[in-house]
Amino acid sequence: METFPFLNQLLQFLVTGLTVGAIYAMVAIGFNIIYNVTEIINLAQGEFVMLGGLVMVSVHTSLGLPLLLAFPVTVLVVTLVGVLLDRLAIRPIRKPSVMTLIIATVAASIIIKGLAMIIWGKSPYDLPAFSGRTPIDIGGVIIQPQYLWVIGFLVAVAVGLTLFFNRTILGKAMGACADNPDAARLVGINVRHMVLLSFALSAAIGAVAGLTLTPIALMDYDRGAMLAIKGFGAAILGGLGSFPGAILGGLILGLIESLSAGMLASGYKDAYALIILLAVLFIRPSGILGNLEVTRFKRF
Amino acid sequence: MVKKVAMVFLVCLAICGWAIQPALAEYTVGAIFSVTGGASFLGDPEKKTAEMVVEKINKAGGINGQQVKLIVYDDESDATKCNLLAKKLITQDKAVAVIGPSVSGLSLAVVPVFEKEQTPLISCAASYKIVHDEKTGKPYPWIFKTPQSDSLAVEAIYTQMQKMGISKIAIISVTEAFGASGREELLRLAPTYKIEIVADEKYGPKDTDMMAQLTKIKGFAPQAIINWSVGPSQVTVVRNWRDLGMEKITFFQSHGFGSRKNIELAAGAAEGVFCPLGACNIAELLPADHPQKQVTMEYMNDYKAKYNEPLSSFGGHAWDAMNLLADALKAVGPDKAKIRAYLETKKGFVGQHGVFNFSADDHNGLTKEAFQMVVVKGKDWALAN
Repeated sequence: METFPFLNQLLQFLVTGLTVGAIYAMVAIGFNIIYNVTEIINLAQGEFVMLGGLVMVSVHTSLGLPLLLAFPVTVLVVTLVGVLLDRLAIRPIRKPSVMTLIIATVAASIIIKGLAMIIWGKSPYDLPAFSGRTPIDIGGVIIQPQYLWVIGFLVAVAVGLTLFFNRTILGKAMGACADNPDAARLVGINVRHMVLLSFALSAAIGAVAGLTLTPIALMDYDRGAMLAIKGFGAAILGGLGSFPGAILGGLILGLIESLSAGMLASGYKDAYALIILLAVLFIRPSGILGNLEVTRFKRF
Repeated sequence: MVKKVAMVFLVCLAICGWAIQPALAEYTVGAIFSVTGGASFLGDPEKKTAEMVVEKINKAGGINGQQVKLIVYDDESDATKCNLLAKKLITQDKAVAVIGPSVSGLSLAVVPVFEKEQTPLISCAASYKIVHDEKTGKPYPWIFKTPQSDSLAVEAIYTQMQKMGISKIAIISVTEAFGASGREELLRLAPTYKIEIVADEKYGPKDTDMMAQLTKIKGFAPQAIINWSVGPSQVTVVRNWRDLGMEKITFFQSHGFGSRKNIELAAGAAEGVFCPLGACNIAELLPADHPQKQVTMEYMNDYKAKYNEPLSSFGGHAWDAMNLLADALKAVGPDKAKIRAYLETKKGFVGQHGVFNFSADDHNGLTKEAFQMVVVKGKDWALAN
């Protein structure tokens, strides 16, 4: 039996942790976009990820659309679900308080999950990996090509969002809603449209996370809740509302899980992640990159 | 006055008639399965199978001329709901006996209910503890189960390992009842078979990746890995094993891997994976003189014809439970105590997952020979020996 040096093991843990962390980061970004504009936590965020995977399965595997076409179709379908979520569950609420809106998203997540169960059934589904399943071996460290896709999409999402929020009028208008909705309304920004846009955007990012994850870990109808919890943890860790924080939080969470599973008792890896999360919140209640001054003005 | 008396009389008659009628018409049998929720891959085929078996019985004229009424409830993989539904089946629906639940944790949760109400339960879950009262060291009187205990699967795997000259292994298991119970048996029986366990890793049921645990195992350089889990995670762990280039370390799966769907989902990664399976998974592969050949082929063809989906081994547990109960009803009628006594002395019942021989000390009635060791070859099962 060949030997397997410790350094290689460590690198392998890092690669795995970063990949899982990238998924958490994408979910966390989705949380942040909606939080920034509406101050609510969209607890159906994990359901977008689940839908991303399952819609892709239908479009790509069952309908046979090529990858390049199936990808935008899937993102569009899930974005539509995000839009419907806003129009059917969020906007009709007459006296919206942050709490009622959050509860509405809980209800929506249960409904989406139930519908997914009826449409796709309960068995898990697989997708072909985007560029094959032959692992890349770099000095004893194994990297699946799909890992690179996951991390690549995280980078693309991060760059895209930075450009969107800093360079476009629409993005700046959304940013304005996040800073002060009343002032934004006064300068003529349609806040309702911005809320709709935020749901659409975070659904789209959730879909991307789901369809890149599925070739690695399969997808079934009740995967959403767990991913939402991890993503929410990442968002809190990095500082709710901060995009760099979400990415940092996601990656840290993934790394802690992977390193503690590999080097400490693997049964307690979620516990280690939670302990670190609590410790960070104890020292910095606003998260690593969050700003306490800003959070004071938020309702939640 | 006469009018009033007549009215009261009529009402009484109506109530009595309504109350008596269902008791005469049919045998009521209850079932609780995890049709939705995390364990739906167990409960769904179990429900379909139980319904199919009852339909077949009723089409053939029922049992002793009585139709069988099957009431199936979905516990949604939730222990509290499962408990309520068990009580409802016994007290409201007046079921003479109940089959299910699908999961070990839920079965253990309802054992006290059935013991107290003195109603036979034939569980469709794996854990040995369901039919073993630790206080008395004997089975609970009213509880039976059809799936092979995980200890039998462990013995089947360890026997195979001895044949292959494997003595240094790593185990990896999921952190829920099925995995925890399997892990306990693996640790307990290892010394008996002179097997050394060098690593004992775990992962969560919804985890997306087990690379870290397997990397750690790789560092210990064992001869084989045993994975104990059900659901999507057991596919992910096989893929990760393949990705990490660990083919030299033989991979053993628990009997929970018993669905061809898993081979398909593993996308080629499952080649060479060993797994102990009940006969119904491999009906076509069994030699013609195998005692279970006929029942397993029949079940497979019926199920495929009715539901147009591949057979899952879990449905076979419901088939065994339902048919055992049907045999009991046929022999002794709808009397709870007599059904219990009949089941306890039932011998030579040829089922989907083995030939059952029950006794007062064994409410599972199977031995490790109920498992066939198979290996994945060319994207299908093949007998290992």
